[in-house]
Amino acid sequence: MKSFDFIQIVLILGFLVCVSPVLGGWIAKIVEGEKHLLSFLSPLENFIYLISGIREKEEMNWKQYALSIVGFSFLSFSAVFLILVFQGSLPLNPQNLPGVSWHLALNTAMSFMTNTNWQSYGGESTLSYFSQMVALTVQNFVSAAVGMTVLLALARSIRNKESQNLGNFWVDLTRTTLYLLLPLSLVLAILLVGQGVIQNFAPYLTLKTIEGASQILPMGPAASQIAIKQLGTNGGGFFNANSAHPFENPTAFSNVLQLISILLIPAALPFTFGKLIRSQKHGFILFVTMLTLLVVGLGLSLFSEYLPHPSISGTVMEGKETRFGVTHSVLWSVFTTAASNGSVNSMHSSLSPLSGGIALLNMLLGEIIFGGVGAGLYGMVIFVILTVFIAGLMVGRTPEYLGKKIEAQEVKMAILAVLAPNFIILAGTALSVVLPIALSSVSAKGPHGFTEIFYAVASGAANNGSAFAGLNANTLYWNLLLAFAICLGRFGVIFPVLAIAGNLAKKKITPPSPGTFSTETMIFVVLLISVILIVGALTFFPALSLGPIIEHFLWLEGKGF
Amino acid sequence: MSQNLLNSKIIKSSIPEAFRKLHPKVQYKNPVMMITLIGAIFTTGIVLFHYSAFEAQIALWLWFTVLFANFSESIAEGRGKAQAESLKKTRTQTIARKLNANGEEKIVADQLKKGDRVICEVGDIIPLDGEVVEGIATVDESAITGESAPVIRESGGDRSAVTGGTRVLSDRIIIQITVEPGHSFLDRMITLVEGAKRQKTPNEIALSILLSGLTIVFLLAVISLKFFADYSGTASGQDLSKIVTVPILISLLVCLIPTTIGGLLSAIGISGMDRLIQKNVIATSGRAVEAAGDIDVLLLDKTGTITLGNRMASEFVPAPGVKPEELARVAQLASLSDETPEGRSIVVLAKEKFQLRAQNYQPTQCHFVPFSAQTRMSGVDITADSIVHLIRKGARDALIKHIQSVGGRFPDEVNQSVEIIARSGGTPLVVSMDTQILGVVHLKDVVKGGIRERFNELRKMGIKTVMITGDNPLTAAAIAAEAGVDDFMAEATPESKLQRIRDEQEKGHLVAMTGDGTNDAPALAQADVGVAMNTGTQAAREAGNMVDLDSNPTKLIEIVETGKQLLMTRGSLTTFSVANDVAKYFAIIPAMFGGLYAVGGEGPLSRLNVMHLHSPQSAVLSAVIFNALIIVALIPLALKGVKYRPMGASSVLLRNLLVYGLGGLIIPFLGIKIIDVFIVFVRLV
Repeated sequence: MKSFDFIQIVLILGFLVCVSPVLGGWIAKIVEGEKHLLSFLSPLENFIYLISGIREKEEMNWKQYALSIVGFSFLSFSAVFLILVFQGSLPLNPQNLPGVSWHLALNTAMSFMTNTNWQSYGGESTLSYFSQMVALTVQNFVSAAVGMTVLLALARSIRNKESQNLGNFWVDLTRTTLYLLLPLSLVLAILLVGQGVIQNFAPYLTLKTIEGASQILPMGPAASQIAIKQLGTNGGGFFNANSAHPFENPTAFSNVLQLISILLIPAALPFTFGKLIRSQKHGFILFVTMLTLLVVGLGLSLFSEYLPHPSISGTVMEGKETRFGVTHSVLWSVFTTAASNGSVNSMHSSLSPLSGGIALLNMLLGEIIFGGVGAGLYGMVIFVILTVFIAGLMVGRTPEYLGKKIEAQEVKMAILAVLAPNFIILAGTALSVVLPIALSSVSAKGPHGFTEIFYAVASGAANNGSAFAGLNANTLYWNLLLAFAICLGRFGVIFPVLAIAGNLAKKKITPPSPGTFSTETMIFVVLLISVILIVGALTFFPALSLGPIIEHFLWLEGKGF
Repeated sequence: MSQNLLNSKIIKSSIPEAFRKLHPKVQYKNPVMMITLIGAIFTTGIVLFHYSAFEAQIALWLWFTVLFANFSESIAEGRGKAQAESLKKTRTQTIARKLNANGEEKIVADQLKKGDRVICEVGDIIPLDGEVVEGIATVDESAITGESAPVIRESGGDRSAVTGGTRVLSDRIIIQITVEPGHSFLDRMITLVEGAKRQKTPNEIALSILLSGLTIVFLLAVISLKFFADYSGTASGQDLSKIVTVPILISLLVCLIPTTIGGLLSAIGISGMDRLIQKNVIATSGRAVEAAGDIDVLLLDKTGTITLGNRMASEFVPAPGVKPEELARVAQLASLSDETPEGRSIVVLAKEKFQLRAQNYQPTQCHFVPFSAQTRMSGVDITADSIVHLIRKGARDALIKHIQSVGGRFPDEVNQSVEIIARSGGTPLVVSMDTQILGVVHLKDVVKGGIRERFNELRKMGIKTVMITGDNPLTAAAIAAEAGVDDFMAEATPESKLQRIRDEQEKGHLVAMTGDGTNDAPALAQADVGVAMNTGTQAAREAGNMVDLDSNPTKLIEIVETGKQLLMTRGSLTTFSVANDVAKYFAIIPAMFGGLYAVGGEGPLSRLNVMHLHSPQSAVLSAVIFNALIIVALIPLALKGVKYRPMGASSVLLRNLLVYGLGGLIIPFLGIKIIDVFIVFVRLV
């Protein structure tokens, strides 16, 4: 690793650290309906409310809020499913691609509706432009916005005193999409087009290569999807090779742009949260926690990737793009798994065992190191509640989180939110490593094959969507298992979080005193990280030891799989 | 009451009790130990079908784990039971002398009904709880309080409640029974100390949920591990069935699930109640004890808690032109009939300062004027040479009114003295004779020694103290400043007390208070923790959720500490229990998979065997033994509670984290290693 690599990392992280508070504050203004830079669009906002019959001032309780999310998600799911199945008869299909199988459509619809964007298909060989734009790109926006709405409901529950109100789902959805995701995507798409990302409706090109062979070059409206793919922590690539594809990510600069946009909104949200709950310090503390976990993971990953391998001289470049090199590939692998994005610019299967393990661990911890838009932070709050509970008892009081007492009901829901994804990851992996129908999709052997399976299930359950590569996922078994894992991983967390919000909103706010366990100090950062690592490590240590850890030791001895 | 933490009698009786608690009906309540029990049964079954010395030892230690947990609970209960036994002895069959239309009849106490009236005379045992409706008597309450000094019980006022099972030492009283037989204070106390009807407290329920959740997580991790092992065995072409066996998987599971805290949880709860009983406080529920830890506002009565009971005369400040002796003499005269402690202290001060002896007056010469709510003065009318001299003492406002009515004048200098005394926290008592104001007596409140430091500690713990007093705001402020309370409530009435509690609760605070009078009852009921004095009225004792048998208002502070200690003990042991798992993984995972993908010699995962445990068997067995023994080792801590120091939350947290978090991480590494060395040495494996 050269000093130049260091400087780039510091610049990228430094940019995020500087921009996050500003953007976070701005998002708080947007969602609160205050005056902001884009307020001139408010007639449009009001028009949307008018035609869809949304009463802006009407607040929802947690059940109404949850019901709205279910209704909206079901609608999204159905729309994507139908478009994919019938894309053969729909417009904007210059390649005349046929409709996809029911289980692939189901998997894809579930995956995009939940902001997972796991792709069992290859974009250019399976989907029409219509499917990509109307079905998938739309979901890229709204699924991110849905994650955001849950966070907003949670924040209001902490702020409100003895109330039922959590805000209005439809208003939150509209404002997030209209003022945050759309404008940012527009700017990013234009920047990306400037770097050479394609945006057209042309049929695929057939060209003659220098050797005289003929090659098909896929075309399409890529830039518009790529922008929101990164900003909305979606990660579903326009092309199968995702951001390793030169039409999606042509230059080093486009790579930096995309790297930053992966973390941009998730990193800003702790500050938004801090503003909303009237404790900017706590927001900052959550940001520090996430940043620390990110940096430690990144450090380990880089260390492992640059570790001299007994049988290879120099760094391992297999599966990586030469225009990005090792550092940018590792950065991406850490960012994309930390942020529940799931796009890739290198093949994670080709990372060193430990780097692959870090990518895996980022997902196993529950996608809370910045995590998905909204989802990362509400997932983090679950861990905050667990931490507050254990540590709060240790100071000799009924635990409180920002003045709200944490009692049996909150603990129960927090445990459920941790259990749901962990259950499906362990059970799904356990089944898949012994069932022949599952194993037939696995290409690698030994611990690497194990990691391949483990990674796929974790990626689904954690709603990340990145693939380890090597696993042929477009089979009935994998499509259904992963669709189920994705669904449980999404709603198995959202419902408990909203239930917690419903409970917290009803409570009084105990004013802080010197006897209160503070969630605004550096000790809290240490505690929170410990709880996250202990819960994650204790649950997955046996599995990790049979995958990346044993592979790492074998790799040190010069054995690869 | 027994202060002995662990006496051999309790230990002896707890051992059979530990076996009795193996009943699934008991275990069902504690999912963590239930899983352990199932594991023990399963392993035993396997050993019975296919004996192996190693697995038999595993089974044995799994049984020990459950038994040790049961044992801890039995010991905690045992202490309560011993106390209940001694209380039961006082609940002997007593014969009550019931009053009826024809006089009195003798009936067995059990047949009394609420509302009956009974007579008790010297030597009688009071048959049931009640209220004195007639007479005054000294009562020996040592059966309940353990305090041998007799107390006075009299009709009317705040000292009218009597408790069944106590003995009348003098005089004769008529008591109206206020409870049904079987529901008396003594009965309630026995049930409480026995812990028979113990219900889980809110925090305990929340913690149980967390522990159950962790148990499910580990259950998943261990079950899925079997599948992962099968895959790895196939992939490496090795046969792992000899090492990844059901007993070893059960061992791993039991080591991981939080058996330490799970096993000790109920002992902690029981002993928390018990510690209060040691302090002579009876809580009506565990919930109240827990709430005590959450208290952040303490309402404390000034008198008796902050100051030493009564005000004492400390100085005579004469009006201009009046000799101090003259003032002292008149003040003494005015106080001769005044039986209040303040009045007596004036007589004493006059005697000490000016050697004045109370003169003898014929009752005909002397007419005592008692204190009345209308005049707010007391005094004496003395007839000398057929002239009636009006001697009065009282608050300034009352005396101004009085002196104007008799045509006198209130001197400015006296007014200034009054101001000075009031500002210094004293109570000015103005003395007059006929139309002349003679001066002021300075009554001083004496703040208890060490109370200021106590309030400082409370402040560090984040608890706000509010002094409640009937004094005027000026006096209250001065005493508040001297005692170092955070806030005060002057001229408090029962209504304003209740309102204050409501206001604090509205702001999100949890409030504790003490009280004894019937008019305190609404406030006691409204407070989150209401501690009634045992000397108080029945109404007060019913309204509060704790009764202090010593009737010591300062006890509230200790109650808060006990509540905090209870929660801290749970939190610390949970942290310890979870932190222990790290070492157990490092013992068992390499033991199971150390040989995986090995090409001759040790496999890659044997690098995780950082403790260098002797063999896979010794590693697993050591971890299981450690897991069982740590429960026994921590029983004293569970019973005593973690050490409590009055500090702010962050320093308490840091301290407990270092001791129980970091300690919990390191200790098992050492413990497992030592056990491993030992069992290899004695050739158990």
